[in-house]
Amino acid sequence: MKYRSAFDIIGPVMIGPSSSHTAGAARIGRVARTLFGKQPKKAIISLYGSFAKTYRGHGTDVAVVGGILDFDTDDERIPSSLTIAEEAGMEVTFTIEDTVMDHPNTVKIRLFDEDKELELVGISIGGGTIEITELNSFKLKLSGENPAILVVHNDVFGIISSVSTVLANHEINIGHMEVSRKEKGQMALMVIEVDQKIKLEIMKELEGLENVLQVIKMVD
Amino acid sequence: MFRNVAELVELAESKNVKIAEIMILQEMEFSGLPREQIIEKMDRNLTVMEQAVERGLKGVQSVTGLTGGDAVLLQNYMKTGRALAGNLLLDAVSKAVATNEVNAAMGMICATPTAGSAGVVPGTLFAVKEKLNPSRAEMIDFLFTSAAFGFVVANNASISGAAGGCQAEVGSASGMAAAAIVELAGGTPSQAAEAMAITLKNMLGLVCDPVAGLVEVPCVKRNAMGASNAITAADMALAGITSRIPCDEVIDAMYKIGQTMPVALRETAEGGLAATPTGRRLAEEIFGSYK
Repeated sequence: MKYRSAFDIIGPVMIGPSSSHTAGAARIGRVARTLFGKQPKKAIISLYGSFAKTYRGHGTDVAVVGGILDFDTDDERIPSSLTIAEEAGMEVTFTIEDTVMDHPNTVKIRLFDEDKELELVGISIGGGTIEITELNSFKLKLSGENPAILVVHNDVFGIISSVSTVLANHEINIGHMEVSRKEKGQMALMVIEVDQKIKLEIMKELEGLENVLQVIKMVD
Repeated sequence: MFRNVAELVELAESKNVKIAEIMILQEMEFSGLPREQIIEKMDRNLTVMEQAVERGLKGVQSVTGLTGGDAVLLQNYMKTGRALAGNLLLDAVSKAVATNEVNAAMGMICATPTAGSAGVVPGTLFAVKEKLNPSRAEMIDFLFTSAAFGFVVANNASISGAAGGCQAEVGSASGMAAAAIVELAGGTPSQAAEAMAITLKNMLGLVCDPVAGLVEVPCVKRNAMGASNAITAADMALAGITSRIPCDEVIDAMYKIGQTMPVALRETAEGGLAATPTGRRLAEEIFGSYK
C-alpha cells in the first residue's frame, strides 16, 4: 500500500499551489536535511520530468530549498526560502535535466559542507506523499513518515543479525526492513522502519558494532 | 482493513456503522493513536478549510493575476436571485473556487486529496452544511468518509496529475465528495459507493494541462465543475440510481486510462490548454515578467 493514513488523503495542510510539486518537494528537501543532520553549506538540486518542466509555476524550487532549511509544508516562509537560504549562507544551484526517470516527479538533491556530502533521489507520488528511492547511490524505499534507522555497513555475513539483536534487546519492533548494496562484499545499506522511538544509546550501540560504518536516524 | 470499495461498503454494512467510522478505526490501528487525537487532527484540517473558504470569498488574486475574484462574482450573482441553478449548487461551486483561488495565491489550504483539487471537498461540505445543519462531529465524519474513498483510489489507481491526469485529481476529489455528501444526507454506504462511481465515470479521461504549469488555469474552474458534478451524482444516488459499472471497476478504468495518457497531457504543460496559442502567450508573458 502506497498510502496508509487518512491524513495522506485529507492533508497535508500546506502552502499552495501543488501538493506534489510544492508540499511533496518540500518534504523531500526536509528528509535530505534530516539525513544530512545539519544545515548544509551548499545544495545542488536537479529536477527531472514534470518537476523540470513546471517547477517555476509550482514553486518546486522554493519548496525544495524550504525543506532543506527544515521548513514544514505549512511554513509560510516557503515562498521566500531562496532569500532566506542566501542570508543563511547556503549556496543553492539548480539544474534542469531532460533524462527520463521512472517517475515524472523526480528530484536529486546533493548537499555539502566542509566534511560531509550526501546525495539523495526522491519522488513525489501524489497528494504530498513521497518516497526516497536512492541515497548515496544505494537503491532504497523510504517514506520519511515512520521512525527509521539507516545503517551503512560492510557487506559481510552476520551483520543483519547483529543489528537486529541490538534492536530486539531494546524491545524495538521492526516494521519494514530492506538491505541493498552496490557490489557483493562492498559497502551496503540497511533501512529499518521501526515502531518505537530510537534512543541515542541504541544509536551508539549500533555504531559500536563491528563492520558498521555509520548510523543515521530518521524522524523521532 | 479494506482494499477496495466493495470491502469498505461490506465492512460498514456488516457492522452497521458509517463509512467514516471504518476509516477512523483503521486510522487508530495504523497510527496507534487514540480516537480523540485522530478526531482532533481532522478538526484542525477542517478549520484550515474553513479559513481558506472565508479568505477566498473576500476575494484574492494570484501572483500572476491569472486567477482570483471569481468566487466573489458568483456569490454576488447568487444574491440577485437571477441564478438558473439552485443556490446550494452555486454556493458549492463558489466555495470550491474560493479555496483554489487561495491555493493559487500561495495561501494555506488542506490538500484533499491534492492541492490542485483542494476545493471540491470543502466547497461541497460548506454548501451542503447550509441545508443539512450538521454538527461539527458530522462535518469531521464527512472528511473521514472522503478519506476512505480517496484512500482506495490512491492505492488502487492514482491521485497524481503527473501520473494519471486531472481525472486522478479533480476526478478523485469529486468522487470522494459525492460519497461523503450521500452519507451526510443519510444515504447508505452502498449509495455512497454508487455516487462515487457515477461521479468518477463523468471525469474519466480528463487531462492535466495547466497553462504555464501553474495550478490556476484550468484547475480553479475544474474544481467548480468537480463540485457541481459531486452534488448532481449524490442526488442521483440518493434517488436510487445505480451505476451499471461497479465503483471498483470504474477506479480501475481510471487507472488504465491514466497509464495510456500521453505525457504531454500529464502535468507537463506541453499539451491541451497549455499548448493553445493563448496558453503559450500567457506562459511567455508570465515568465517574461514574473520573478
